[in-house]
Amino acid sequence: MTSIAEGIEINDQTVTAAVELAGEKLNSAQGETMLDFSFVRRIDASTLRALEELARLADEKEVKVTLKGVCVDVYKVLKLVRLSRRFSFVS
Amino acid sequence: MEAAMATKEAVQERIQIPLNPESLSAERIAYLDDLVRQAKAAAAVFTQFTQADVDRIVKPMVMAGLEQAQHLARLAVEETRLGVMEDKVIKNMVASEFVYNYVKDKRTVGVIREYPERNLAEIAEPIGVLFSLTPITNPTSTVLFKCTMAIKTRNAVIFSPHPKAWRCCSEAVKIMYETARKHGAPEGVFTCLESPTLPDNAYLMKHKDVALIDATGGPGAVKAAYSSGKPALGVGPGNTPVYLEKSADINTAVVDIIISKTFDNGTICASEQTVVIDDEIYDAVLKKFADLGAHICNEKETRVLERTVIDPETGFMQPMAVGQKAIDIARFVGLSVKANTKLLIAPIQGVGREHPLSVEKLFPVLSVYRAKSVNEALKVCVDVNHSGGLGHTAVIFSRNDEVIRKFGEVINAGRIIVNSPGSIGALGAVYNDLVPTFSFGCGTGGGNSTTDNVNIYHYLNIKRLARRTQNHMWFRVPNQIYFNMNAVENLGQFTSTCTIIVTNAPLERIGHVDIVRRNVCPKTHVHVVVIPDAEPEVKVIAQGVEALNFYKADQIIALGGGSVIDAAKIMKLKYESPEADLEYLAAPFLDLRKRVVEYPTEKSTRARLIAIPTTSGTGSEVTPFAVLTDKENGRKVTLADYSLTPDVAIVDPQFVMSMPKGLTADTGIDCLTHALEAGVSNYASPYTDSCALQALQLAFKYLPIAFENPRDEEARSMMHNASCIAAMAFSNASVGVNHALAHAFGARFGVAHGRANALMLPHVISYNASVPTKFMPSPYTQGYVAHTKYATFADLLGLGGNSVEEKVTNLIRAIEQLLDKLGFPKSIAELGISKEEFERAIPELAKNAFDDPSWRSNPRMPLMTEVVELFWQAYAGRGQAKAKVAPSLAASTLEEQAL
Repeated sequence: MTSIAEGIEINDQTVTAAVELAGEKLNSAQGETMLDFSFVRRIDASTLRALEELARLADEKEVKVTLKGVCVDVYKVLKLVRLSRRFSFVS
Repeated sequence: MEAAMATKEAVQERIQIPLNPESLSAERIAYLDDLVRQAKAAAAVFTQFTQADVDRIVKPMVMAGLEQAQHLARLAVEETRLGVMEDKVIKNMVASEFVYNYVKDKRTVGVIREYPERNLAEIAEPIGVLFSLTPITNPTSTVLFKCTMAIKTRNAVIFSPHPKAWRCCSEAVKIMYETARKHGAPEGVFTCLESPTLPDNAYLMKHKDVALIDATGGPGAVKAAYSSGKPALGVGPGNTPVYLEKSADINTAVVDIIISKTFDNGTICASEQTVVIDDEIYDAVLKKFADLGAHICNEKETRVLERTVIDPETGFMQPMAVGQKAIDIARFVGLSVKANTKLLIAPIQGVGREHPLSVEKLFPVLSVYRAKSVNEALKVCVDVNHSGGLGHTAVIFSRNDEVIRKFGEVINAGRIIVNSPGSIGALGAVYNDLVPTFSFGCGTGGGNSTTDNVNIYHYLNIKRLARRTQNHMWFRVPNQIYFNMNAVENLGQFTSTCTIIVTNAPLERIGHVDIVRRNVCPKTHVHVVVIPDAEPEVKVIAQGVEALNFYKADQIIALGGGSVIDAAKIMKLKYESPEADLEYLAAPFLDLRKRVVEYPTEKSTRARLIAIPTTSGTGSEVTPFAVLTDKENGRKVTLADYSLTPDVAIVDPQFVMSMPKGLTADTGIDCLTHALEAGVSNYASPYTDSCALQALQLAFKYLPIAFENPRDEEARSMMHNASCIAAMAFSNASVGVNHALAHAFGARFGVAHGRANALMLPHVISYNASVPTKFMPSPYTQGYVAHTKYATFADLLGLGGNSVEEKVTNLIRAIEQLLDKLGFPKSIAELGISKEEFERAIPELAKNAFDDPSWRSNPRMPLMTEVVELFWQAYAGRGQAKAKVAPSLAASTLEEQAL
């Protein structure tokens, strides 16, 4: 498993950019990749859009995307917009 | 505050239901789906917001609403051509300022209310995406109101304004959205449907991601909302009756009605429609109206209005009149009125289709009715209320509280406004303490789910966090208990004019009654009522009560076994409360504290009940129970209430020294069963446990001695104490399934109660100690502890064992050995009951055992099949029963499950 946002600290401010970057790097990912959300406390509509696009690209390229350390508040947002089923989660 | 217009338009709208979303183009559907998707994302993002985040957004929105109040009012009047610009400014300001004043300190995020005394907390959960219809009559104020509510509650809203008020509404939505976004609200939180159509509405109402429909609109929209299968808030049509009662302040009433009915040209659906005026003040009221600018129509003018402002075909108001000035309406229909006329008043003679002006009129035309009495006035108001205004609003002007209350009782309206204007009064927070709103719930009368003024709490799912409560328990026993040899001497301290001793013949014969006579207060007249030595019957009770009445007794001494003491308890009940219906009082119950029937508290007379037991088993001297046999109807009646508990118990062993061996054994095992069942009962407490344990130890030690050596004073005394102490335990913790089985079996085969208990006891302990098929719900216990409690009993009795299972098995063996020692039959079969006879009896036995209330406190809920199995085990006999404690249960330590 590769960490595709390596070197970027993903937090509330950088999360959208990191997810977009992850989408761009999906080509080089092999089979499975991970994004560390441990420092993300809140996401907004732009992040949701980026995540939706990431999920779409991941499906296209048959890459499994795992979100690590997602807090329950963010998890609930993903659940409400039915995005949670398109990712894997690890703590 | 939408006027739910019952106009021709509305009728047409109604005809189109169900709306057909299939006529939408693919592009339109994609557009609508995108609106919902945005709103859904916004609502999801919004769930992360704190209360502070939300409040930071609400305030500037409200400020923007206030700043733009005039701009939006002007737009609304220009576009809709309805109402009065100045009044719409006020509406916009109320929708902003008054609503803010109500919501500003309210918690709408996280825990919103706590009830520590009930261990309850309420937590807010946003609803998600709301689809909101807004009306033509109050377009911008409704948008401002709903936006504030939505942000305060973290919801996203898709607005669908009335097509003829779209521009002003979309402007209001835009102002609210931009302000909210500027202060941190999620992107897409408000959207406004472009060029809304009925199929759009139908599609969105059924959209899977729309969580709630908030339909402030006409009856058609409301009905469509409720028909969509989605949760919905909606208002219904109004037709506000007003009762102007003769005690009212006429000046205040007339001014208030004019204010209300002319406000925004009468477009508020809560505004007054028909004023019913008492005959005594009718002329004065009309004069006051005329003085203040109303035009009172003559009969001819009234006919003209009926034909013009009401559609003769539908009976509803004509749209052309809605929201227009009185002077314009008059001019339009050809009435000649003064230039400053505010209001047209038309006298009517009744309500209904033949009286066209009795319907809702959202313009400044008011009908009036002259009533000859309060009763007639109320009836006419009811008629108006039922002619299209159910659940909405009603108004009364009166100083007579009784009339006001009666009006409130007979009128079905969510808002009953007293001595203030209907329209502004119903809005709330201006003339009264109603919650401010722009959406009136009309209850089931108006096809709504609420009669509330719709507010923030209707925009929330409110979750209840219900923590386990520590229910109050009790330990109730007689005030005074005297025990040990010659305790009967204490009788002398109880002064009495007349004492009745209730007893039975054998006890009188052996001199027990004389002992009692010698010890009662010297000045007391003593009379003896001798009853049969059997469970008391109805007629025995009646004879006893007759004696009590005849002698006007103030003290009853029950001297005897359980039956005699039970009889005395019931005699006392009937003596003090002759109206008490024993059958009613014996009605079934699950929890004594929540029982439906109430025992009489009013007493026509009072008598002290002193119980002196002459057996050591039932413990009736301290219990709140009494059993009565109703031979005529062939049944037993069990009474249970703490008011039945004797006032004084005298536990004097001299009265049990001569008990025969069989009775000693039977009653002794009854005592032991009481202790064991109370010990594992779901109602057990530290108080009852201490009694159960003590009684168990005493009974185990002294019952065999008292049985072998009946004259052993210590053994008799201790068994007598054990019986009383065990009874204190089960009086407060109740018994269990052993008693239920024994009651059914004993009654069917005529076997003594103690003996019947003995036959069941080892099997019941084994049953209760094993893993229940069905746990008994009980707020009083934590986890399943019966097995560990049995193990604790074994430890206290020094029975040994290294595990819970061993200890329980040892307890069962020790009880079996005791039963053997006392000469009890080992099985039901040993009683000479054939297997065939027993098999035939089983269905009735199982049914009666299951009907018996005793098992309701048993730690394990007995299934019918298990009851049958227990009977068969008792039939087969003891020696087989052993603990079958599951490993997980057995692993619990005694410390963990400490008593």
